Amino acid sequence: MNRFAALLDRLQRDPSRLGKLRLMRDYFRDVPDPDRGFGLAALTGALSFRHAKPGLIKALIGERVDPVLFALSYDYVGDLSETAALLWPANPGGAAEHPPTLTEVVHALAETGKVELPRVLAEFLDGLDETGRWALLKLITGAMRIGASARLAKQAVAELGGKGVNEIEDLWHALKPPYLELFAWLEGRKPRPLIDDPAPFFAAMLAHALEEDDLARLSPADFRAEWKWDGIRVQAAVGEGRNGAKIVRLFSRTGEDVSAAFPDLVEMLAALPYRAFSLDGELLIRRDGLVQSFGVLQQRLNRKRVSATLLGDYPAHLRAYDLLACDGADLRALPYLERRRRLEAFVGGAGASRLDLSPQIDFKSWDWLAAARRDPATAGAGVDAAAIEGVMLKRADSIYVPGRPKGLWYKWKRDPFSIDAVLMYAQRGHGKRSSFYSDFTFGVWQAGEAGDELVPVGKAYFGFTDAELKQLDRYVRDNTMNRFGPVREIEHGKDAGLVLEIAFDGLNLSSRHKSGVAMRFPRINRIRWDKPAREADRLETLEIFLKK
Amino acid sequence: MQAADLLALKPAGLYCAAGDFYIDPVRSVERALITHAHSDHARPGHGKVLATADTLAIMAIRYGDGFAGSTQPIDYRESLRIDAVDVSFHPAGHVLGSAQIRVADAKKIAVVSGDYKRESDPTCAPFEPLACDCFVSEATFGLPVFRHSNAKAEIEKLLGSLRLFPERTHLVGAYTLGKAQRLIALLRAAGYERPIYMHGALERVTDYYARRGVVLGELRKVAGRADLAGEIVLCPPAALGDLWSRKFAEPLPVFASGWMRVRARARQGGVELPLVISDHADWDGLCATIAETGCSKLLVTHGAADALVHYFKTRGLDAEPLHIKGYGEDEAPEETSA
Ligand SMILES: [Zn+2]
Ligand SMILES: [Zn+2]
Repeated sequence: MNRFAALLDRLQRDPSRLGKLRLMRDYFRDVPDPDRGFGLAALTGALSFRHAKPGLIKALIGERVDPVLFALSYDYVGDLSETAALLWPANPGGAAEHPPTLTEVVHALAETGKVELPRVLAEFLDGLDETGRWALLKLITGAMRIGASARLAKQAVAELGGKGVNEIEDLWHALKPPYLELFAWLEGRKPRPLIDDPAPFFAAMLAHALEEDDLARLSPADFRAEWKWDGIRVQAAVGEGRNGAKIVRLFSRTGEDVSAAFPDLVEMLAALPYRAFSLDGELLIRRDGLVQSFGVLQQRLNRKRVSATLLGDYPAHLRAYDLLACDGADLRALPYLERRRRLEAFVGGAGASRLDLSPQIDFKSWDWLAAARRDPATAGAGVDAAAIEGVMLKRADSIYVPGRPKGLWYKWKRDPFSIDAVLMYAQRGHGKRSSFYSDFTFGVWQAGEAGDELVPVGKAYFGFTDAELKQLDRYVRDNTMNRFGPVREIEHGKDAGLVLEIAFDGLNLSSRHKSGVAMRFPRINRIRWDKPAREADRLETLEIFLKK
Repeated sequence: MQAADLLALKPAGLYCAAGDFYIDPVRSVERALITHAHSDHARPGHGKVLATADTLAIMAIRYGDGFAGSTQPIDYRESLRIDAVDVSFHPAGHVLGSAQIRVADAKKIAVVSGDYKRESDPTCAPFEPLACDCFVSEATFGLPVFRHSNAKAEIEKLLGSLRLFPERTHLVGAYTLGKAQRLIALLRAAGYERPIYMHGALERVTDYYARRGVVLGELRKVAGRADLAGEIVLCPPAALGDLWSRKFAEPLPVFASGWMRVRARARQGGVELPLVISDHADWDGLCATIAETGCSKLLVTHGAADALVHYFKTRGLDAEPLHIKGYGEDEAPEETSA
């Protein structure tokens, strides 16, 4: 465990991608099986511990530390695992002579029942030093955001055997921790593991955000355009099991199996007249032929239980944009145009109302497309315009490459909305920003009984630079009027207050918010040190956006 | 706040009416008693200043000779009558010259800690416990997550990193007064004999320490374009991130501070090697010291007061925070100390 803890500790401090790769490569090279395999599982998010929830950590530390002192410490540190690791009473005899290995920890936690878990975990914590405790708690709560992505960990593993990361991606969903056969292959001791999955997940191909100056370099003739749908990206995989039964799976973009949440789509997919295939597309809610906004989809996603009423009120729909495999043939090496041709035939022959084709946009010039992106309704999207968040550009000759390859696919999002709002409350952030005030609640003016007053309309915790964060933190500390637990009320009124330019992607009606509206993805675009609070925007301005 | 009658809080800071003086005032006043020379405690522009000779000398180095109308040095443990109270200064173990200030009348004793630590430090006199009725304690690290009582082990981390990365210049951010000199002394005590390089901003205070007999070994100023692979270069924390730091061979940013216990803090500053070394008492040090004074009234300054106030209220003390705007809150700006 200590070797793994040291790796995590170094990873979160080394700023460079190359440095991180080197640290992980060294780890995979030096650490024996099965420990390194569990390390890889931890870094790629492939481990989960059912009973180890944040509540358990709070309970354990609650038995050992005064609750007020814990709360104040947690507020300062901002991270539960780290707070508990620092507060945990030091073992009087120093760290254990034989600290637990990662494998021991993983096995013990998997085999221990809910009742016994607190005792087992406490023993592990007693046996580790602070870094070890921190890493263990991060591991079991699944909060392993340590600045190295799963993709980077796979890259490091690939380099161990001189392979490309996509070779690992292709295998990934057929492998299980501690990945003994993977390491054996990479070290040349065994042949490549066989994939024997009738409905596998193919690592998704992702798009780069289009930069302003990209268009000058790109030729419209090389690209095809589609609408960018504001739903969730899914992959539908259908295949035949050994006994001839149809296997249907719906995967999220990251390969998580989300079939259970969408029985309506699973049923549709199972009934299609094809033996085996893999479709890439967008999951949307479609009512009476109308695609609904993301806000509506969100309401279905929020429900834990999939009831008949839910299925009736929020019918799921798959809008397909790529065909990755069909009847046993892997199509990913074909150019986009050829895959598209086959996709059109596939959807045409499917005859399913819950499945349709993501249409292409017929465009001649970038200017024309830019106008279409601003106003999809008049550019052919018609009634579905509300569910569009921009356009996608795909090179006509692009093969389907897992990950985010350069130069093939671009997403060109619609310009965000923006308003000027006044800072009202601040709270300490979490993670990297835990010791700074970095969660900001802001408001706009509305008419009140005693004249104009500010009404909170949202909360933003990013969009600013580290230097701006320091300025904001300073401002919060210098202008605090009241404290409510961890929340500070910041001076705000017509003649005092800080104006923030807030950018956001959309606006929904909300009964939970006092203002009646909820922003999507709000972030701080600029700090308007220059602008007096009285000149900030009014709620009516927001309501105009709502109609758009 | 009625600081047990002897002390009161005024806009300019902590005030003793019976002696008509302020302790570490944050604005210019007629008569000031100064615990130590860090800039949030020792400001220029007062009428009369009473402090230890070392504190006065360091203030003169930083602000120039005319930093006050007049100055008066006082020895540790020397008692001085000011109007109706007896005043004396006692070692605080924080930096060279740092003192706690004891104020007593016939009935009561109050002690203002200034900044202090309990861990041994080869560059200044060790903290002296005092009994009192009212104790005004700092709480820079007033949360139980802060423990930093093993500077020696942290120095070993730095030496270990030098062995591991001999191609990289180890740029060590350290506060100008106190921390930088203590690091040098600790490195020497750990057997490190190579010359230690310094940013120009550290020079004058470090020279003063050397003149006062602190053993610092061979020190060199960084001049012009420097490579200095595998060497230790000390600089003010703010210099770690600026242009100056780029002239070295693959600089490895190190920061020595009590804040380095918290990961987010270290990450925020891009620190690759955090050293948890502080010139302030950690949580255990604060709690032990406050208990040791036997005080019945506790006033807590420096930001993180809530935890200490809570802890000592549950132990029957009359405890409350003392909000003095301008004392180094938890940002620890460059000139103050942590
Ligand atoms: Zn100080
Ligand atoms: Zn201070």
